[in-house]
Amino acid sequence: MSFYLRRVAFYLVTFWAAISLNFLLPRLLPGDPAAIMLGKLRRANAGRPLSEETVQAITAILGAERGTSLWDQYLAYWGRLLQGDLGVSSTRYPAPVADLISAALPWTIILVGTATVISFVLGIVVGAWVGWRRGTWLDHLVPVTTVFQSIPYFWLALVLVAVFSVQLGIFPIVGGYDVFEFPGGPEWSWAFVGSAIWHAILPATTIVLSSIGGWLLGMRNMMVSTMSEDFIVTAEAKGLTPRRIRTKYASRNASIPSLAGFGIALGFVVAGSIVMEQVFSYPGIGKLMIQAVQGLDYALMQGVFLVITLTVLAANFIMDLIYGFIDPRVRHNG
Amino acid sequence: MADRQTLTEPDSGGELPGAGAETAPDLPFGAPLGAEAARESARAATATAAVAAASAAAVRRGGRFRGLLPRRSGKLVTGIVIVAAITLFGLLGPLVAQPPRDSNNPALLPPGPEHWLGTTKLGYDVFSQLAYGTQGSLFIGLVAGLVALVLGVLFGVFAGYFGGIADEVLTLITNIVLVIPGLPVVMVIAAYVQNADGLGPLARSSLLVALVLGITSWAGSAVVLRAQARSLRTREYVAAARVAGERPARIIFVEILPNLVPLLAAQFIFGVILAVLGEAGLSYLGLGPTGSITLGTMLNDAQTGQAVGTGAWWWFVPPGAIIAALGAGLSLINFAIDEVVNPKLRLAPENAKRQRKATKAGKGVADSGAFA
Repeated sequence: MSFYLRRVAFYLVTFWAAISLNFLLPRLLPGDPAAIMLGKLRRANAGRPLSEETVQAITAILGAERGTSLWDQYLAYWGRLLQGDLGVSSTRYPAPVADLISAALPWTIILVGTATVISFVLGIVVGAWVGWRRGTWLDHLVPVTTVFQSIPYFWLALVLVAVFSVQLGIFPIVGGYDVFEFPGGPEWSWAFVGSAIWHAILPATTIVLSSIGGWLLGMRNMMVSTMSEDFIVTAEAKGLTPRRIRTKYASRNASIPSLAGFGIALGFVVAGSIVMEQVFSYPGIGKLMIQAVQGLDYALMQGVFLVITLTVLAANFIMDLIYGFIDPRVRHNG
Repeated sequence: MADRQTLTEPDSGGELPGAGAETAPDLPFGAPLGAEAARESARAATATAAVAAASAAAVRRGGRFRGLLPRRSGKLVTGIVIVAAITLFGLLGPLVAQPPRDSNNPALLPPGPEHWLGTTKLGYDVFSQLAYGTQGSLFIGLVAGLVALVLGVLFGVFAGYFGGIADEVLTLITNIVLVIPGLPVVMVIAAYVQNADGLGPLARSSLLVALVLGITSWAGSAVVLRAQARSLRTREYVAAARVAGERPARIIFVEILPNLVPLLAAQFIFGVILAVLGEAGLSYLGLGPTGSITLGTMLNDAQTGQAVGTGAWWWFVPPGAIIAALGAGLSLINFAIDEVVNPKLRLAPENAKRQRKATKAGKGVADSGAFA
């Protein structure tokens, strides 16, 4: 039980650190983001003075209230957060940041989640096979995967768009669904889901192609290491079938580090996907982040950063729980 | 480079427990595994000696020191050639190419004898831009890689060596930084810093981009280095140094760090790859350095210039190709280092191959199974 307690404690501390980082960055780095943000909001509001409520929200989130101590600002910041108030966006004035994020989040979670699971499973299965057949021509796959690993996500996306959308015209170029067919926005119908899936194929392919090399290679190397363990020799000597040794003995043990690294690798997938969404104009959280950063919409940027961090933390936490279940040793060794 | 560093590692052919598969870019995006994974592979590495002994005969046949060098196999040579070629291109290219922002050329010219890689929408020569961009990206990669390495040593080696409460605190910080996704942090910091008034020209320089990338990407190396430092601190020679009254700083820099050289090299190379990729993403989003040209700013220009829509492939394909090639070349060098640090990766496939050959020649005992 202490394993789970330790994990919960760790994630609580990390959660607190992420929020505090979010609080400190605009206050400690040079510049006055609150003033910039208020200026932007005034312009978005066509020059009319902003409501007292909006001004308070922005200063609570981005700081620089004259005369208040950092500690009071910190408490005010937490108060805003606990009410779910992330301020008002200036690029999409007057939409609240929280609404924009909740509209965008499902797109990214479904796309990145599905693509990552596909890539992970494929990488583990193929990696186990390549590791099993070590010393054959399959070893030459190893250097090839490095090329895939080193390709920037967004560049691969550009190339895929250039080939499949611009040249061949098979897939749509931009967007998460057909905006002309569904002018009213997302709806629950088969036609809409079909359109969304059709639009998601190229982005998902990008994620799978860019991330599979890492899983494959990690699994292959662990498989090679595991195959020289004594218990594999014992299993072979006992006369177990190669299939049984491969699946029940070697693969299971070799996949443990890949599972342990899953959460951390997820951070890289999320980072790559943020940039990739720009290429496809995908209506997800990455596009929102980019919009915020380019328009100096600091309130939106802070909100998106917080949500991305918390989502990645949650995914890590779930993975840790599963990992503790799969590998009892970590539960006992702490 | 890898040759020299691995030569200084006297017992690398035999055993170096604790350094497992997680040290190389052979993980998901080169991502280091968690602490559990490090422990896992440390356990796995204890069987290394047996494998090494099994193939000792083969090593002896090829000369006494053959097993100590990264083999001059395809991987290492290819990696060094690729990286050297790109570095030379970045260093010498700008000397021969025309100024990268010379717009006295026809716009959007496809590759031809006049302009080897064509021109951009503004009439810039792509070849020249590529040469300057490679230089810019390499500079950012090296600076960021160095910053990340120093921080990784600070947090990883110190935590692993001192243990106790220092270890707890440093490891906690490392793990927090590790799980907070890097690129969003970099984007947020860049967005604030680049619009600050106080910094002047520094605010959007490549040096600042490199520093931000370095400061946010050290946690992975720290985890790997900590695992290895922990295993080294229990060695007799470290204990002897401590008994002899050496100061901790001296023990770390004289006794421990030299034994970590292959690992440090691998982590540095990995840091460079990460920084070059990070810079490309950041610049593509318009958060890159404005004063200098990098591969990322080229891609950003191509994006704003509608290169994909107009079919100007010669504008956006070369920068990405250089990034991919550089990353692949550096990873290949890392493999060679990794096969020295973790001999199992090299010996096991060789043994399997030999066994399979023997079976084919009718000399083997088994005709199928895990080892055939």
